[in-house]
Amino acid sequence: MNDMTKVERDLNMSDAKIEARGVNLHYGTNHALKDVSIEIADRTVTSFIGPSGCGKSSFLRCLNRMNDTIDICRVTGQIMLDGQDINAASVDPVQLRAQIGMVFQKPNPFPKSIYDNVAYGPKIHGLAKSKADMDAIVEKALRRAAIWDEVKDRLHEPGTGLSGGQQQRLCIARAIATEPEVLLMDEPCSALDPIATAQVEELIDELRRDYAVVIVTHSMQQAARVSQKTAFFHLGHLVEFGDTGRLFTTPNDPRTESYLTGRIG
Amino acid sequence: MTDMTNRSAGKSNAEHISAGLARRHRKESILKGFGIAAISFAFLILGILLMTLVSTGYKAFTQTHLTIDVYVDPDVITRDALPRGAFDDLLENTLVEEFPDVDSSQDRRALLRIFSNGAQFTLRDRVVENPDLIGQTVSLNVPVADNFDQLNKDLISRDTPEEFRRLSDQEIAWFDALDEAGMISNPINFGLLTNADSRFPELAGLKGALVGSFWALLTCFLISFPVGIGAAIYLEEFAPKNKISDIIEVNINNLAAVPSVVFGLLALAVFIGWFGMPRSAPFVGGLTLALMTMPTIIIATRAALKSVPPSIREAAMGLGASRQQVVFQHVVPLAMPGILTGTIIGLAQALGETAPLLLIGMNAFITSAPSGPFDSATALPTQIFIWADSPERGFVSRTSAAILVLLAFLAFMNGIAIYLRQKFQRKW
Ligand SMILES: Nc1ncnc2c1ncn2[C@@H]1O[C@H](COP(=O)(O)OP(=O)(O)OP(=O)(O)O)[C@@H](O)[C@H]1O
Ligand SMILES: [Mg+2]
Repeated sequence: MNDMTKVERDLNMSDAKIEARGVNLHYGTNHALKDVSIEIADRTVTSFIGPSGCGKSSFLRCLNRMNDTIDICRVTGQIMLDGQDINAASVDPVQLRAQIGMVFQKPNPFPKSIYDNVAYGPKIHGLAKSKADMDAIVEKALRRAAIWDEVKDRLHEPGTGLSGGQQQRLCIARAIATEPEVLLMDEPCSALDPIATAQVEELIDELRRDYAVVIVTHSMQQAARVSQKTAFFHLGHLVEFGDTGRLFTTPNDPRTESYLTGRIG
Repeated sequence: MTDMTNRSAGKSNAEHISAGLARRHRKESILKGFGIAAISFAFLILGILLMTLVSTGYKAFTQTHLTIDVYVDPDVITRDALPRGAFDDLLENTLVEEFPDVDSSQDRRALLRIFSNGAQFTLRDRVVENPDLIGQTVSLNVPVADNFDQLNKDLISRDTPEEFRRLSDQEIAWFDALDEAGMISNPINFGLLTNADSRFPELAGLKGALVGSFWALLTCFLISFPVGIGAAIYLEEFAPKNKISDIIEVNINNLAAVPSVVFGLLALAVFIGWFGMPRSAPFVGGLTLALMTMPTIIIATRAALKSVPPSIREAAMGLGASRQQVVFQHVVPLAMPGILTGTIIGLAQALGETAPLLLIGMNAFITSAPSGPFDSATALPTQIFIWADSPERGFVSRTSAAILVLLAFLAFMNGIAIYLRQKFQRKW
């Protein structure tokens, strides 16, 4: 029996980092996600697209159990990370969220210094052995998030004093400073100019070498540029999921086609 | 459609807007006017209150003193019987020297009554402390009795016919003579803050009440602050949201609305009746005040915690912070200004609270400051209550002065609240 599970786990490992089966989500009486099943591969960028309010953010938040914090929210179904049910009693959501980083739709830096924002995650998980270590972690994260040059002279000023786009990149830096295995990004470029967007996309591409990245985006071009897999959500359904190139050129579902051609959304 | 009708009526949209504009501006000025009127009214009342208090109270901030050289006569005071010596005779003799024509023993006693009752004890204490003074001359500076103080402050009018006056013509003449000799002064009345209560207004001070209030507030703070904040954090951040927590919430709000006298009765029955705690003790007063302050602190703390944006919690939680880390590293620090403001306002309320303290006996007449929280004491508001109830004229201005002292403390505490709020204020 042990062998069985091991084989199964190995299989899962090679196949999918995250596997969701029959996920339903209710906000009170609002049925926001309907029977969503998806496999998110490791070392791959997966993008979620779909009209506003279709449940992209809601599903993303299921993956690191952020919805636990919303009282009226109820999630059923199974979500596996490396073959382990993340909703199992034995799984500590704190541990889970250290493994699965998240960048939120609205930038939410702590009202602390830029440095403290980035250092917070490594600090609580004890990732830095010394001050120099921490400095290196902070600098690396800020560099990868393409914001180092803008903030290197004001690391001890409040993160809330940055512009919207800078805050967004600061939040990205904060999320990658803990080196999570999976990074969930909810519209990380919504407030960025084209140059910063290109830098963040570069970062996403780079992260793909080691991590699984999930990105929610309203930009079809961005999805096409950065992701290998794309999932299209509509009214709480996962309508279509497949290779990005294939989905954009020959969608199987008429709803996907309508959305891509701008007829629904 | 409206567009069309507007057009047909020969009016453009811009004309419609400007037609309504005058009315909208007028509404705004009316609202502003109401606001200004309300604030002016509040300030007027406050002004009247302060003016009445200051105009009656300011006279208690000085105290008429008599400066006189007393010869410590070795015939009257002997070393072996020092503390029981007849110091009043000594004072009497000194004054008789000033007025040699006084000879009847009745008049001599009347003369002595110029001194405050405490003068002989002041003299005694000095001589007991330094017995070498026997045989020497001591310069004594002591308060005069209340009636003479009133006379000096023009609160007893010389024009009143003698039979309605509390000082005889003779007494006034003596006082004037002393005044002429430069022996009467009217310095700042530090005794108001450094003396304990007394039956004699010229000796009565607020020290006992201040120390009593201090111990009571300290007890109140040490109990209500941690318990109140702990309860609020638990209810807001950790407790499951269900029927039970709803019931608790409603009851805390009800508790905040319970009249303070009820808490006094409760304290009387429970703390003093069941647990046998001492009556009149600031510790028991503090416990009672803590019962009243706790709901205020809980409500203020919960409001402060609630006002921390959820995005901050999510940010911390998304990084893998545990619930306790989210609460204590992010939410509570951000809520601190609100928590502290609520606490200080709660304590300020407690400082001015009278009824529950009356019920647990903190309106006793006690002539020494308490040496600890378990000694009998009064508190500022109950001291005001006692003085306001006293028949002596000198207590009228002292009551107002005590109220001013209480108000000064309240203003001071509110100042701290404002300062803390600004110091800890962060924007996000
Ligand atoms: N905290 C919440 N409480 C109640 N309902 C919610 C909550 N969050 C989302 N919803 C509802 O769930 C549905 C899906 O919302 P979600 O935020 O997942 O959409 P989305 O696809 O991310 O949209 P957008 O592209 O605009 O961000 C919406 O109908 C929304 O009203
Ligand atoms: Mg969203």
